[in-house]
Amino acid sequence: MPDTQVLVNDFLNKLKKRKIEGSQATARQTAELLRSVISQQRVPYTNQAGALIDAVKAVGEQLIAANPVELAVGNIVRRVLHIIREEDLSLTTAAIGGLNLSAVSDDENDDDRDGDSTLSAAAVAAAARSTLRPPSLQTLLEDTPVSAAVPQTSSSGGDSEGKSKSADKSSRSRKLKHDVIEAVNELIQDIVTCHEQIAEQAVEHIHQNEVILTLGSSRTVLEFLFAAKEKKRSFRVFVAEGAPRYQGHLLAKELVARGLQTTLITDSAVFAMISRVNMVIVGAHAVMANGGVIAPVGMNLVALAAQKHAVPFVVLAGSHKLCPLYPHNPEVLLNELRSPSELLDFGEFSDCMDFGSGSGSPLLHVVNPAFDYVPPKLVSLFITDTGGHNPSYMYRLIADYYSADDLVVQRRATAGN
Amino acid sequence: MDSRRSSRAVIDPKVRQVGFFTSAPLPPDRTQSDPPDPIRSPPLADASSPGNSLSPVMIPPPRHPSDSLLRLPHSPSDAFPPPSPTTTTTSLGDFSDDVTAASSPPPAAARVRGRGSSVKQQGAASSFPGGGFEVPPSVKAPSSVPASGLTTVSVVKLPPGISENAGGSVSVEVQSDRALNSKPLKEKTSKAERRAIQEAQRAAKAAAKAEGIKTPAVTALANAKSAKSTKPSPQRNDSAVVVAASEKKGGDRSVEKDRKKDVPHPRMQYDDKSRVQKLKKRSVVKPTEARNRVELFRHLPQYEHGTQLPVLQSKFFQLDTLHPAVYKVGLQYLSGDICGGNARCIAMLQAFQEAIRDYSTPPAKTLSRDLTAKISSYVSFLIDCRPLSVSMGNAIRFLKSQIAKIPISLSESEAKATLHSDIERFINEKIILADRVIVKHAVTKIRDGDVLLTYGSSSAVEMILQHAHELGKQFRVVIVDSRPKHEGKLLLRRLVRKGLSCTYTHINAISYIMHEVTRVFLGASSVLSNGTVYSRVGTACVAMVAYGFHIPVLVCCEAYKFHERVQLDSICSNELGDPDSISKVPGREDINHLDGWDKSENLQLLNLIYDATPSDYVSLIITDYGMIPPTSVPVIVREYGRGQLWIYEECDPLASPGRCSDAVFFVDGLIFYPSQHLVLSFWFPDRPPSGLNNDLLERSDNFVTVAENGNFTNFEL
Repeated sequence: MPDTQVLVNDFLNKLKKRKIEGSQATARQTAELLRSVISQQRVPYTNQAGALIDAVKAVGEQLIAANPVELAVGNIVRRVLHIIREEDLSLTTAAIGGLNLSAVSDDENDDDRDGDSTLSAAAVAAAARSTLRPPSLQTLLEDTPVSAAVPQTSSSGGDSEGKSKSADKSSRSRKLKHDVIEAVNELIQDIVTCHEQIAEQAVEHIHQNEVILTLGSSRTVLEFLFAAKEKKRSFRVFVAEGAPRYQGHLLAKELVARGLQTTLITDSAVFAMISRVNMVIVGAHAVMANGGVIAPVGMNLVALAAQKHAVPFVVLAGSHKLCPLYPHNPEVLLNELRSPSELLDFGEFSDCMDFGSGSGSPLLHVVNPAFDYVPPKLVSLFITDTGGHNPSYMYRLIADYYSADDLVVQRRATAGN
Repeated sequence: MDSRRSSRAVIDPKVRQVGFFTSAPLPPDRTQSDPPDPIRSPPLADASSPGNSLSPVMIPPPRHPSDSLLRLPHSPSDAFPPPSPTTTTTSLGDFSDDVTAASSPPPAAARVRGRGSSVKQQGAASSFPGGGFEVPPSVKAPSSVPASGLTTVSVVKLPPGISENAGGSVSVEVQSDRALNSKPLKEKTSKAERRAIQEAQRAAKAAAKAEGIKTPAVTALANAKSAKSTKPSPQRNDSAVVVAASEKKGGDRSVEKDRKKDVPHPRMQYDDKSRVQKLKKRSVVKPTEARNRVELFRHLPQYEHGTQLPVLQSKFFQLDTLHPAVYKVGLQYLSGDICGGNARCIAMLQAFQEAIRDYSTPPAKTLSRDLTAKISSYVSFLIDCRPLSVSMGNAIRFLKSQIAKIPISLSESEAKATLHSDIERFINEKIILADRVIVKHAVTKIRDGDVLLTYGSSSAVEMILQHAHELGKQFRVVIVDSRPKHEGKLLLRRLVRKGLSCTYTHINAISYIMHEVTRVFLGASSVLSNGTVYSRVGTACVAMVAYGFHIPVLVCCEAYKFHERVQLDSICSNELGDPDSISKVPGREDINHLDGWDKSENLQLLNLIYDATPSDYVSLIITDYGMIPPTSVPVIVREYGRGQLWIYEECDPLASPGRCSDAVFFVDGLIFYPSQHLVLSFWFPDRPPSGLNNDLLERSDNFVTVAENGNFTNFEL
């Protein structure tokens, strides 16, 4: 597949050079790339899902390695893997369900736990239930090379329902890929329209005469505020400019252009102003499974100030930002340092540093991190495209989108097994 | 059941004492000292011993009235022997020798100092236009380095032109004034008695003065006139706009009245239209109001900055009421060339010094009234240029009280010399010496391997860091900076020049960098009575994050910046800077989203200058009275706020051994004044005072034993 390889390499380069700004754009492009990978992937007659998963994992691994801090890439790769598994499952379920319905017509309730259905139907039903509980999902996969247990179950399953499978295999082979691509298209659509779904909830949260503070710029926040404005709510917005990228200026301009009362403040004035603020609404870079937020730098400051003054701290996040991983030392491990030239001009201090002394370590360090970690206890509410959630609920919400097998996207892990 | 009931009956009902109760015996009074003065818990002083982690506050008890009365008539002669020219202040050389932290100011500071001293040394009004005043355009020069020089404390030299007589008389007068001021707080006597005591004191004061001046002929006159000298006081505070009229007299007001008067005046609210109109009529500068004002800050003056400077410059030759030195300082405030509480205060005081020197009383007016009015007009001009800082307000209040204290008997030149040296002493003792003491205290809190974080640029913190570096301590500095002033860059430059290892970051990254920090040192513009630290905007953020990380926050602030006002948030009182500097990011041309923002009605730019840090976040305030918790601020304000201006006697034993005969020196560098129960200052143990070693005594935590003329005396600290 040379053409997809070109696409992949292109995208890898962009990721490595940090050419893609924003997790939404990254997520969309990742999904589009994976869609083309899937569509180019030649599917073998047996074990189509396994082949697709393999292909997606191979690409996904590279993508994640290219920019490990951009968690949206990993999220989308895992989402696509999850989609493949689900589609495969639903096809299997449909096939067996059809068989089941014809064989045991009196038992419509095929996900009933009672043992009165046939053995194969019970197995499928249990597996169908377990889609909500990802660890047991692999029992349904035909022969993924991920674990040794899978081929066994799939073979046994194949044994038990060999007749039915052989009957509609030809239709399935075409259908799986098609379904997966359809689902990925839906995913892309979701990513693109997640603003709207989040913004729909704005009226429930923003009321008349509120004072809202935000930091930096986020398209989600912009749409959210504007949706409230469209519903004839009048409120004012304080925008902290968000050094060193000063995206707040951009947001302020957009808000003003849409007729919102906007006040631009420096980041240092956040603490001074927050006592007059009703609500802090910010965007996020990623939401971790424990409810912690990876956000543009400075957000922890805002969150702490909001907590001090008991101001609700609301994080808007599209579902593509929900990351199934738990953070460990996120200030360091999920962070990256940007160029010092954003703070100091190169050479600005060259005159007062004595490089000739040769002490080894330079006197001057410039630290310019890109992200902040906001611990879950500082977050009052998450608003995603599925509604508002507590930080403590995020792990469960996230489990809906991902299957547990994919938490580590590594093909080579099978060799160890 | 029975057993339980009986057991309950046996036990006496528990009586809890709630609230005040006096049955408990008071803890035994441990004072065995011979000054018959057990009124207050005597001062506890541990100013510079590095062993103790927290130095308690020094609260000296006031002198007992009988004591002071007894002492006063002869105190000028024995406690203050014939003054030498060096008595009042140390010279510059001493200062920079002693505190190395203040050494080697940047070139600009040196330039300023050189210019200032050269002007003053010539001492005549004629020298002024050539050396002192610069043409306004050069003031405007926005180069960053010269401005940075001014943010450090520039060192001021005492002009040698002042006659020694005048200097001596000042010190004597100040001494007796302190006795006067501290006395009525504790005394409950009848009016007649108080009257009598006052008369006695005035007589003593006049006598002392006469002795100092050595012109006995004046004595009778002074005696007669000084009795009336406090009379015009109630009318004097008519024209003060912002500065609270707060001259404290030892007059016949009761303590309660004094306290009531201490309540700070409500500040000017700029949303009060009638008052703003009044103010506009008076003001020299006619500022144009900013168009897009932030609703929340209508009570603050918010003007467009760009227009003011040219207007002022064009008015230079019309403003003949203003002294050029004041004018120049105003311009420097306006253009931002002088910033930082200490630098602004010093610049203002020096301008006032020059103005006073060139001042001559118009016929048919008294000096004190006319000069006060004059100073008030200068002050309102300076307010037009930039709102006063708390430090400046305190300094102005001090100056006015000094003017009010000038007896009518004094000739004009003497009065001017007195004021001149008063200002000099204020600068030296309340700012420069105070910084030395702060440095001494703070350095004990720096250990090897520390990572010290500081925010913005504070002159006191800079001196601390430099001094610690010169002491050879191994530490690293994290400088956190913020828009729009980027003062941290200037600090960074100076520290890197000195060879300190620095890390530079911006305020948003504070949570990232705080992981590696062990101490936070912050400067302050003012410390308010409820412990709130009023400082450069962003300080509160830094303190909050440090508090969240359980890292101690040490605020360095000279005690003259303390204020009895209280404040809970940063909105009630603040200063608004130039909004245009928000929309433009210097050096980042790509950030131009807000070009032409002023076309829009909806966009406001808010450039706050200060914020208020809640006292919860502050672990420690390092001030010239020691290291205190924020809860002790009102105590400092109350005990030292008004009358007692000379806390730090400049008592360098080497410079003036004669004056220290009263003092007791300790091995750890404290100087103790038995007659005043004060631990007033410290000397430097590496330079022991000559001839006084007999008095150097060890001290325990609570007691000092002093050998005085062969008698051993215990003092409780």
